[in-house]
Amino acid sequence: MTLDTVKHAAETPDTDQPWAELGLKQDEYERVREILGRRPTGAELAMYSVMWSEHCSYKSSKVHLKQFGQKVPENDAMLVGIGENAGVVDVGQGYAVTFKVESHNHPSYVEPYQGAATGVGGIVRDIIAMGARPVAVVDPLRFGAADHPDTKRVLPGVVAGIGGYGNCLGLPNIGGEVVFDACYQGNPLVNAGAIGVMRHEDIHLAKASGAGNKVILYGARTGGDGIGGASILASETFDDAKPSKRPAVQVGDPFQEKLLIECTLEAFAEKLVVGIQDLGAAGLSCATSELASNGSGGMRVELDDVPLRDSTLSPEEILMSESQERMCAVVEPEKVERFLAICEKWDVTATVIGEVTDGDRLEIYWHGEKIVDVDPKTVAHEGPVYERPYARPAWQDALQADDAGKLPRPRTGDELREQVLKLVASPNQASKSWITSQYDHFVQGGTVLAQPEDAGMIRIDETTGLGVAIATDGNGRYAKLDPYHGAQLALAESYRNVAATGAKPLAISDCLNFGSPEDPAVMWQFSEAVRGLADGCLELGTPVTGGNVSLYNQTGEAAIHPTPVVAVLGVIDDVSRRTPIAFADEGHLLYLLGDTKDELGGSAWSQVVHDHLGGLPPQVDLGREKLLAEILISASRDGMVDAAHDLSDGGLIQALVESCLRGGKGARIVVPDELDPFVLLFSESAGRAIVAVPRSEELRFTDMCGARGLPATRIGVVDGDTIDVQGQFTLPLSDLRAAHEATIPSLFA
Amino acid sequence: MTARIGVITFPGTLDDRDTQRAVRLAGAEAVPLWHRDKDLKQVDAVVLPGGFSYGDYLRAGAISRFSPVMETVIEQARGGLPVLGICNGFQVLTETHLLPGAMLRNDSLHFVCRDQKLRVENAGTAWTADYTAGQEISVPLKNIDGRYVADERTLDMLEAEGRVAFRYLTEGDSADGYGNPNGSLRDIAGVTNEAGNVVGLMPHPEHAVEPLIGTGRTDGLGFFTSILKKLVNA
Repeated sequence: MTLDTVKHAAETPDTDQPWAELGLKQDEYERVREILGRRPTGAELAMYSVMWSEHCSYKSSKVHLKQFGQKVPENDAMLVGIGENAGVVDVGQGYAVTFKVESHNHPSYVEPYQGAATGVGGIVRDIIAMGARPVAVVDPLRFGAADHPDTKRVLPGVVAGIGGYGNCLGLPNIGGEVVFDACYQGNPLVNAGAIGVMRHEDIHLAKASGAGNKVILYGARTGGDGIGGASILASETFDDAKPSKRPAVQVGDPFQEKLLIECTLEAFAEKLVVGIQDLGAAGLSCATSELASNGSGGMRVELDDVPLRDSTLSPEEILMSESQERMCAVVEPEKVERFLAICEKWDVTATVIGEVTDGDRLEIYWHGEKIVDVDPKTVAHEGPVYERPYARPAWQDALQADDAGKLPRPRTGDELREQVLKLVASPNQASKSWITSQYDHFVQGGTVLAQPEDAGMIRIDETTGLGVAIATDGNGRYAKLDPYHGAQLALAESYRNVAATGAKPLAISDCLNFGSPEDPAVMWQFSEAVRGLADGCLELGTPVTGGNVSLYNQTGEAAIHPTPVVAVLGVIDDVSRRTPIAFADEGHLLYLLGDTKDELGGSAWSQVVHDHLGGLPPQVDLGREKLLAEILISASRDGMVDAAHDLSDGGLIQALVESCLRGGKGARIVVPDELDPFVLLFSESAGRAIVAVPRSEELRFTDMCGARGLPATRIGVVDGDTIDVQGQFTLPLSDLRAAHEATIPSLFA
Repeated sequence: MTARIGVITFPGTLDDRDTQRAVRLAGAEAVPLWHRDKDLKQVDAVVLPGGFSYGDYLRAGAISRFSPVMETVIEQARGGLPVLGICNGFQVLTETHLLPGAMLRNDSLHFVCRDQKLRVENAGTAWTADYTAGQEISVPLKNIDGRYVADERTLDMLEAEGRVAFRYLTEGDSADGYGNPNGSLRDIAGVTNEAGNVVGLMPHPEHAVEPLIGTGRTDGLGFFTSILKKLVNA
């Protein structure tokens, strides 16, 4: 077979090319030909096909995501925004923190262990590529029905993959979520988030500048795994008729990644790196075209120099391979020797594969012949942009009209008691410790809070006690009922969770998981969710620093619930002031903060007791969320509260059970006169939290709430070894613990 | 004058910096040691920290055992150098035969991370003198290959010679950290050599040295103060 060189391509314009098999549409292929003024070579076609995939180019979502850049709140903390490997925020004392959430949904369904493992690997490389030491990971997960046989295949594999990879990397896993819903049956959501810490001056960017600088590929050798991961796997819906996509899943080696972390950080510390990019989706195609186009534009690469695991790989395959644990650095010629020496110290393979050139062409050679000659910007940044049609689905009105208010409610104390037990034992509300105990929480010695706390918290300075907190939240049920407010509720919950620990929310990252963009109803959900999130961030003053869009989470006609997952990052000046969720001391007074309304639409109660989804989600009042956050942060800093827990899915009773079990102490609850006991316990009104206040602080605390206008209702006291809702029911903690903790092991152990 | 305690980093070691921190908090000087160097930099004691050295490939600890630094450690440990192996470090010590027994995959087949209740059975070793025999402590545990096994004769010998240094406490609620977490024979969490200078255990004392961090307990600090006192008073 003749090599398809640039010259050959120019001479053979009519050659048939496999653009459709590579995931390109006809008009996209025509556009490539127009850009190049000839047909693309096989290698060029490979590059455009992966870089113009939905996963890499955001072609369907871009027009909506622009809002994150337009509705930017005033916020001094933002150091690096959307577009880099991850956003960076200033957390004070000269420290910067980078964080991001990404999806690895499709691979994790096809091959749960490797899909989830490489999801962790990918997000961690994004963090190191910014110049930061990774300090923690979080994993928001969504699976099909807990009792579905396939969930028993997917969940244990995903959990083992996250643990197997993250534990071996030495990163504490401090948060995330596990949610079950039949809508995720064929499309589990495996999102992975990571946080990294650096000094301001250590921020690195993905750009190749300075003609003559060397391009070094280092890390694992390139193999045939993950070819087409971004295009064929992540950018199409699943369909039984198509062949298995397992070969498109990458295979991870966490040991190699650990070496990559240490070696990269050592090279940064010696200031050896001009620009850096990790190899993730679209592999070398992405790294070379992005590095070049973000710099001066010119780069020459000798593809023969890429170290291979399999010597029979074609140049197209080398360019498309998504082999894990690889990075690409741009290094000045006189520093190459030292860079390679550091790689050798860590037993990391490193090879100069090219150099930055004058001009604006990315040229790739194979066996001495030029097989790629493109303007890298056209590959990396000038992909197609679609204005996909979107329309509010016809069923939305009927769904919203199907009010949860009409569902039969418990009428006696005994019925309430039964439903409380049922709720806390339901898969979504049950303890996830069987899962989280498979993750290392302790490594690195900085973990202040980890799951099941409201947010994970890491100390980043041992002397001053400076710390950061992160929470991730998303409620697909709410978003299905109302995508605009559902996205804002995800934001509000995550924001509240961070504030409940005493940390000040600073910025967000998001992972937007939706069905097929080719369905106008899904596009409407997406556009509404993005609009809601952008408006919400503007109001809360928390910019979007970056994130990820995952579309095509759909099997046949059935899309998942729209599931925007929001990660909020917060900062706390002194971690010793943090507030845990545990009720640890008898006699402390329980105050319910915020307003409790009759809001059961999309609630955990409506799902668990009635298998119902309809009506409207709880109202959003972001002004109230801000006030609540301020109160929680002040109370934490000034030692006015001993415990705090946000109220969200499952309402007050869920929070009480979690806080009581965590601290091993019971609670006596008096239902306020103006509230119905059922509404008090199960409503999911937003903007609320429960706090435990030492008696000595009560006056100071209530004065503060009164002065700032936040409703604070005393509803009980930490006491005994039961949850006693007076006049209604009493439940021993031992019964609650048994109900809460048995569910997940009984399903998956 | 304080003691110099070496902390070895193998490729894939994870808890080296945590161990160095624990050494410093106890008041000793932490000296980083690199797996390729035979030179122990004249340290007074050595800790092999936890992690997944060489990715646990082949078998946990099996490759690290052949690294240059271990040649010196093995030689000097036989001459009395105090050595502590934590988790993966314990696995390396069993591979070198400085300590008897071996570690298999947990009986649950899962990685387990939890706060673990232990009893200090032998407070006479170089690393446990600050505890009292029978003292119950709480220290984080995190491993997937933590099931301690040895043949019956070896186990009987260890018991008879008081060389079972730590045992998992099983009488209590698992939510409170009780129970044998991995199926270790005779609930053994850690052992010592005959001379008491080489000690290995699966739980992580270096993760229990500060009140706010991790489980919020400081029960693990005693390992590091024990060795410091021994060295300074020597």
